[in-house]
Amino acid sequence: MDNINHFRRVSLIWLVASVILTPIVVFVLAPGMPPGNGSVEASGQVVDNTVLLGVSTPIALVILVYFIYAIIAFREREPAGVVLDGPPIRGHSGVQTTWLVVTTITVLFLAGYGTARMLADGSGGGQGPNPIAKPDGANQALQVQVIAQQWKFTYRWPSYGGMETNRLELPANRLIEFHVTSLDVIHSFWAYQLAVKADANPGVDNIAYVTTKGPLTFNIHCAELCGVWHGYMYEKGNVVAPSQFGTWIKQQEQQNAPSTKQLGPYQKQYEPDPTRRGG
Amino acid sequence: MSAIGKRMLGLALGTLVVCVALGLYVGLYLTNVPGSAAAVRTAAGTQLYLGTVPAAEGTDPHPTWVSYYSVDANSQHWKHVTTYTLPANTLVHVTIYNYDGQSGLRNPYIAQVQGTVGSNFMLDGKPTQFVGPDTASHIFAIPELGVSVPVEGVADNAKNPCANAPCSLSTAHTTTTFTFKTGARGLYRWQCFVPCAAGFIQGLGGPMQTVGYMDGFIKLV
Repeated sequence: MDNINHFRRVSLIWLVASVILTPIVVFVLAPGMPPGNGSVEASGQVVDNTVLLGVSTPIALVILVYFIYAIIAFREREPAGVVLDGPPIRGHSGVQTTWLVVTTITVLFLAGYGTARMLADGSGGGQGPNPIAKPDGANQALQVQVIAQQWKFTYRWPSYGGMETNRLELPANRLIEFHVTSLDVIHSFWAYQLAVKADANPGVDNIAYVTTKGPLTFNIHCAELCGVWHGYMYEKGNVVAPSQFGTWIKQQEQQNAPSTKQLGPYQKQYEPDPTRRGG
Repeated sequence: MSAIGKRMLGLALGTLVVCVALGLYVGLYLTNVPGSAAAVRTAAGTQLYLGTVPAAEGTDPHPTWVSYYSVDANSQHWKHVTTYTLPANTLVHVTIYNYDGQSGLRNPYIAQVQGTVGSNFMLDGKPTQFVGPDTASHIFAIPELGVSVPVEGVADNAKNPCANAPCSLSTAHTTTTFTFKTGARGLYRWQCFVPCAAGFIQGLGGPMQTVGYMDGFIKLV
């Protein structure tokens, strides 16, 4: 038996590695994490990912440092002798207490942090028809209904006479209230750079909030396997300056005026109820 | 030849046969592409003639499925393909003979024509922008090109309806014509947006989910 204090050695190596690597992960790697900074919620998700990485880096280092240390320090040395079993493991109240306290604090912190972040604005995810995490100013949000069907998205604008459009343009620096629904099967509205990913279920009004930032082009995908052309359910949307949005929406109102008359009244959800053979 | 030699020869021959069979299976699978039909170039421009029927031919693997066909305007020869080859960046005149009934739309928004020259189409010779959401039979849409044209269905009480492909122009039908400009070279999907698959849940299974019936590709060359 040697008299080396392995615990102290491992702890010291872990401490040094954590002090060096954690800031590198937090300040160098994490800012490049998806989904970027296309909206307030997207930036919030990057912060959340940064916090998670910052917390998990020292935890991962415990495992890695101990693993590598054990391979080096406890390897069989030449000449190979008789393999002896190690000393029996006995309880160590200090280690047990430390483990319990550290893991409890970590888990409770992450649970509290995650809950607080989600309650702030829903973090871009769909909250169902009765959201509990409403951002400030939700009453003044621009409502946009996202209607999914096999295999495209269309958008309905209750603030603009209930018209429907093929494309999605949004004003910059504005709180948007998406009402995501489907006409047929389960889809998912995923506006990647805006950090919105909300299920589109028939007969359900799934509300998701997002606050846009400056102008950008974002990708829209369906994120739920929905049939043969699911992979083609892809398009681009734009966040534009408010004045540009005003011009675009007026053009759309004029262009779609005939079809708006044909549409039924705006509803928050639609049942998949074709009039004839498709029932 | 010794007994062991015969066994080895049998084993080698058996392995060879299995390998050839596997190679053929994979090779045929990889080289099997759906048939296609090309647009016809005439003095009046590039023409594409299509037909839609309530049910495919009796010899089709799915003789009860609703389907699009390519139609030869002169010989009235019908070809069961849904991949259409068109010239890129060109005006294409499309004619759709529809023999199918009225299905109805879930989303009335797509009863409006979009993406065609003049923002309209001709329905039985009349300039039209809409069909009735309840009387639509099909849609011919190329979403990536922004083209979406509704196809009016044959009335339920029409005389002399056609049941299966191929259908004669003497049977009840509607004629939809429109012109659109194709885009850059490439492969684009087209599809029907009407839940017209009779006998399937919500009208969206079977022919709506199978390339070769109510959807396919546009090859721009």
